[in-house]
Amino acid sequence: MERIIFYVLAVIMIVFAIASVTSRKMLRSVIYLLFVLCGIAGIYFLIDYNFLAAIQLTVYAGGIIVLIIFSVLLVHHIEMELEIAKISKQILTSIACLLGLGLFLTTIYSYEFKVVENTLTTTTSDIGAALLSYGAGGFILPFEVISVLLLAAMIGAIIIAKGKKLTDKKDEIV
Amino acid sequence: MIRALSITKSIHDWLYSSMSENMAHLVEMVLIALVYLAIFSVAGLFLVLIERRVAAWFQLRIGPNRVGFQGLLQTMADALKLVSKELTGTERADKFLYNLAPYFVIITALMALAVIPFTQDFQAFDINIGILFLIAISSIGVIGILLGGWSSNNKFALIGAMRSGVQTISYELSIGLSLLTMILITGSLQLSQIVEVQKNGWLIVQGHIPAIIAFMIYMIAGTAETNRAPFDMAEAESELGAGFHTEYSGMKFAYFFLAEFINMFIIAAIATTVFFGAWLSPFGITESIPILGVFWFLAKAMVLVFLMMWFRWTFPRLRVDQLLTLEWKYLLPLNLMNIVIMALIVWQNLIIRF
Repeated sequence: MERIIFYVLAVIMIVFAIASVTSRKMLRSVIYLLFVLCGIAGIYFLIDYNFLAAIQLTVYAGGIIVLIIFSVLLVHHIEMELEIAKISKQILTSIACLLGLGLFLTTIYSYEFKVVENTLTTTTSDIGAALLSYGAGGFILPFEVISVLLLAAMIGAIIIAKGKKLTDKKDEIV
Repeated sequence: MIRALSITKSIHDWLYSSMSENMAHLVEMVLIALVYLAIFSVAGLFLVLIERRVAAWFQLRIGPNRVGFQGLLQTMADALKLVSKELTGTERADKFLYNLAPYFVIITALMALAVIPFTQDFQAFDINIGILFLIAISSIGVIGILLGGWSSNNKFALIGAMRSGVQTISYELSIGLSLLTMILITGSLQLSQIVEVQKNGWLIVQGHIPAIIAFMIYMIAGTAETNRAPFDMAEAESELGAGFHTEYSGMKFAYFFLAEFINMFIIAAIATTVFFGAWLSPFGITESIPILGVFWFLAKAMVLVFLMMWFRWTFPRLRVDQLLTLEWKYLLPLNLMNIVIMALIVWQNLIIRF
């Protein structure tokens, strides 16, 4: 049963990933990308990694895809189609893709995967404790670095959004 | 993962005895899906009728009362009419996305229904991250609205979709944070666990002042999340036609319409589960009869649904900037402060427990 579901999900993901990069309508490829991301969430659900699956749905499907759709809605008209790249560019990209694929495949096949009987589901409190622990295997440093990064991004966004107003005020003071 | 319903235990056993395991599993999944689809459509139609009757009551009218007893079959007849209508679309619309959009809205609503504990045993998917799953699912539904608005190739629909997107993304924060406030008491995201904690008093009593603040924020944000008045900028009739579903007709329009009402029910059901003890009876008066859980759950949810309808027919519509000011300048800071207060209360063990 699980094997069938896995193959169904895998086929869905591959088909929509290809559709996403070949479609000439911008919003359609975004939606195909959404299906790929939902497929990944499905695989996480399949291996009982519920927390990561929910995060995948919230962050990628709910957050990033919605933001991409927003930007498409703002810049793109329904009748526009994406242009086709030049032949030389197509060849270059396909060579790069094949190289990347080869690298992945050799890595995957040269490594011996051990089947682990994983009956324990990771609880949210475990994840929280791991994020805040500074002992071995703790993630406090990346956690803090990411929060500083997010703070910087937020301040940057506010400055960009209010830029005119801020500089105007300075002029007044001078 | 799928917890079998105790009422249907015999069906479950019969399926497994008469078929191979995989086949039985598959049939069972299909059966559960059908049950939930039935709940979805019946509850949706019923809610539409209630809304119309309540609206009539608020406006001193009678409302639909001709088809069936007290108009009970009115929405069924409406649904039959909608099924028989032609499915139209605009010229040069993106047909694929246009047809896809209603399903996004419906599927997310159905997935959210699956985790709601109607009684102890009537819960299709008791996942260990229940609340987080609900928040994750609700953030996907907006994609359907955005797609529907864009692919209609209609300016009003597009404006409606953009407004709806802005609104949903903003108010999701408030919903998540107000639920998080309550998670501080329960210490678990699993919905069955949350109900278990409430056997010593509903969470709105346990958490007293911050819980009531969280509940008020949740109801405001929930009304906004479902795009209902006074936050119905997405389909403001006076300025946008019907907003994102202007171009939809027949059953595809009905999908959007039903999903809106089911989303309202889901918001009420989550509030029931998190604040009002889900299927638990008040003071445990009917604890010995577990089957009455459904009655209590639906009664509580219906009171909250009525509250949302009351909002709708009482308050005038906000402007977009007022809406965003309300969220980002008032609800969000209040919410963050509320979480700190709740954390202090849980830390000092000032919870009221019976």
